[in-house]
Amino acid sequence: MIEGIPLHLILVVATVMFFTGIYGFLTRRNLITILMSIELILNSVNINFVAFNRYLYPQHLQGQFFSIFIIAIAACEAAVAIAIIINIYRRFTTINVEDVSEMKY
Amino acid sequence: MNFTYTVLIPLIPLFTFLFLGLASGRIKPQLGGLIGTTGLFISWILSLMTVFKYFSLEKVDGAYQQIIGYNMVWLNFSDKLHIDMGVFIDPISVMMLFVVTTVSFLVHVYSLGYMKGETGFVRFYSFLSLFSFSMLGLVLATNIFQMYMFWELVGVSSFLLIGFYYQKPSAVAASKKAFIVTRFADLGFLIGILLLSFNTGTFDFLELTNPQGAAMQTGSGAWLLGLSTMTWSLIFVFMGGAGKSAMFPLHIWLPDAMEGPTPVSALIHAATMVVAGVYLVARLFPVYALSAPVGLEIVAWVGATSSLFAAIIATTQFDIKRVLAYSTMSQIGYMMVGLGVSGYGGHDGLGYMASMFHLTTHAMFKALLFLGAGSIIHAVHSNVMNEMGGLRKYMPITHITFLIACLTIAGIPGLSGFFSKDEILAAAYHHNKAIFFIQMFVAGLTAFYMFRLYFRVFWNKEPHYHHTPHESPLTMTIPLMMLAFASIFIGYIPFSDYISSDFKPFETHIEGIIAIPSVLVGLIGIAIAWVMYKKDSDLPDRVSHGFRFFHRWAFNKFYIDEVYLFITHKFVFNRISTPIAWFDRHVIDATMDGIGWITVSTSRLIKPLQSGQLQKYGFVFLSGVIIMALVLLYAAFAA
Repeated sequence: MIEGIPLHLILVVATVMFFTGIYGFLTRRNLITILMSIELILNSVNINFVAFNRYLYPQHLQGQFFSIFIIAIAACEAAVAIAIIINIYRRFTTINVEDVSEMKY
Repeated sequence: MNFTYTVLIPLIPLFTFLFLGLASGRIKPQLGGLIGTTGLFISWILSLMTVFKYFSLEKVDGAYQQIIGYNMVWLNFSDKLHIDMGVFIDPISVMMLFVVTTVSFLVHVYSLGYMKGETGFVRFYSFLSLFSFSMLGLVLATNIFQMYMFWELVGVSSFLLIGFYYQKPSAVAASKKAFIVTRFADLGFLIGILLLSFNTGTFDFLELTNPQGAAMQTGSGAWLLGLSTMTWSLIFVFMGGAGKSAMFPLHIWLPDAMEGPTPVSALIHAATMVVAGVYLVARLFPVYALSAPVGLEIVAWVGATSSLFAAIIATTQFDIKRVLAYSTMSQIGYMMVGLGVSGYGGHDGLGYMASMFHLTTHAMFKALLFLGAGSIIHAVHSNVMNEMGGLRKYMPITHITFLIACLTIAGIPGLSGFFSKDEILAAAYHHNKAIFFIQMFVAGLTAFYMFRLYFRVFWNKEPHYHHTPHESPLTMTIPLMMLAFASIFIGYIPFSDYISSDFKPFETHIEGIIAIPSVLVGLIGIAIAWVMYKKDSDLPDRVSHGFRFFHRWAFNKFYIDEVYLFITHKFVFNRISTPIAWFDRHVIDATMDGIGWITVSTSRLIKPLQSGQLQKYGFVFLSGVIIMALVLLYAAFAA
């Protein structure tokens, strides 16, 4: 429990972060930026997990463990995504997502 | 007496067929030939044993017994409907065993020399074995369905052997023609079998041909066009027999079948397979004689027509194998006449006995003629008479044996052909004078065309040979000598003691009123051939010019092939096949094409959805999630 800060404010922060991520995911053309947006989405979820755990079930720790797992997975995901992006760059000499549409029909 | 071992007679060739077929290419050709020949030799010995054993059996009521040597239920549909496989032993099947294995064995030996060095030597022997197996199975059939199956098998082996030189387009065309024509005829046979067995409730020959049996009485009322069901079914069965035996008008495949190797022509298209039709009618003879005399009348007339027709064509042909092919057709016509004019039982069954007698003697002398022709072709490398002449000096053994065969077929007294032909003429004389005179005329024609061939090939002017013709090797001349021996002496077998329509021996004697004219007619034929062909002269040309319209008509085989082509092309192809093809292309194919077109155009319509733009996918996905969320929220609040 953080003194004087109610749960809903923390949730507002998380929501803002989430939709910032979504917006970035849908509008940015640079693959690295898209990856950053995804990280934002993941972290907003982490905040939710920790906040709900702390405010609603202070005696339990599942939410915090869960966020640790998510951080680990996010790290892996970033590694894989950056590897893919590097390969894309080598092949197409661009990381503009609109130019990478080889997988269409 | 136990006849179970007879099942080996067809099975041994089956094994050699399988072995040679599988081992072909892996064993030395000569070894393959020897294996095939040995197999047939064993079958031949077993058949000879069977002949002696069977005819020395105790008779029951003065008649030979009919024995089921072996039987197994092969397809068991129900208690009443089952198809058996087995071995049926009675006088004519034993006689056929003898004929088939003898000729087949000699042809196997002969082919060792004739086919030497040919590519596909082992394949040839495996097909010969297949044929022998099928033919023996046909001969020994216990029921009409087994016969039908082996009937088709001999058709297949004939197809394979005619097309043995499969790189030659004419051989391929001939094999197809033979197969299609006989197959068409077999359709009639199948309809006949179905009608007959539906009517009588049995496939079994023993029940079917029992004169006192229940089968004989059924279906005798008028059914269609004033004829009974029994008559119709037997007419259809005869259609199959006519196709296999090359009876007019289903004969067109036989002359073309001469594209096959000559030993095959001797075995299949002269001695054995083509008499299957005669054998079929003989097998069902009691049924024909007792419940369908109209059918028998048709058999007689078809036989008479064919024999006259073929004999006329044979006088005009130049290819020696074709002359022999038409001669075969003519002689089979004789056998059909023999059956057709016969009655049932005792001396009335003279025609039946004579027909079987002629079948046996004909198998010997016609196989001899074909093998002799093969020997000539082997020496001269040509089928055409005009490229031959004066061969008697070069090929003494072939010459003598060929002469014996020609004298036999011409009906010279003392040789076997005389006895059998005379019995047929006698039977025809007592039954139907018109047929008798036709057959008498054909006898003269036969003598003429055979001696035309003989004088043209062995006497006449010698053409310029590229290399001097030589006598064939011993493997070829020994079968010739054996067949010549058989052609001379087989006529002295008292056939009526062994084979008769009711299995009871009867007495026959030569009637001077028939024998003397028939011999005279034969001698006249020989004399005309002597005058026209012994020396090279322009007489044959002048004669054919004198009858030029008729000669051209006969030379072109009376345009029967053209009639067939006209019917198939103008009528079947244009009127039936073309509309069906149109329907297939424009209705059935169009439906299928339409289904395909719908699929393709739908996919073309929706494939832009897969744009490859990651962010569009993400947008769609999110919109979906949001819509789902709204729906769930609405549902939660509405509830």
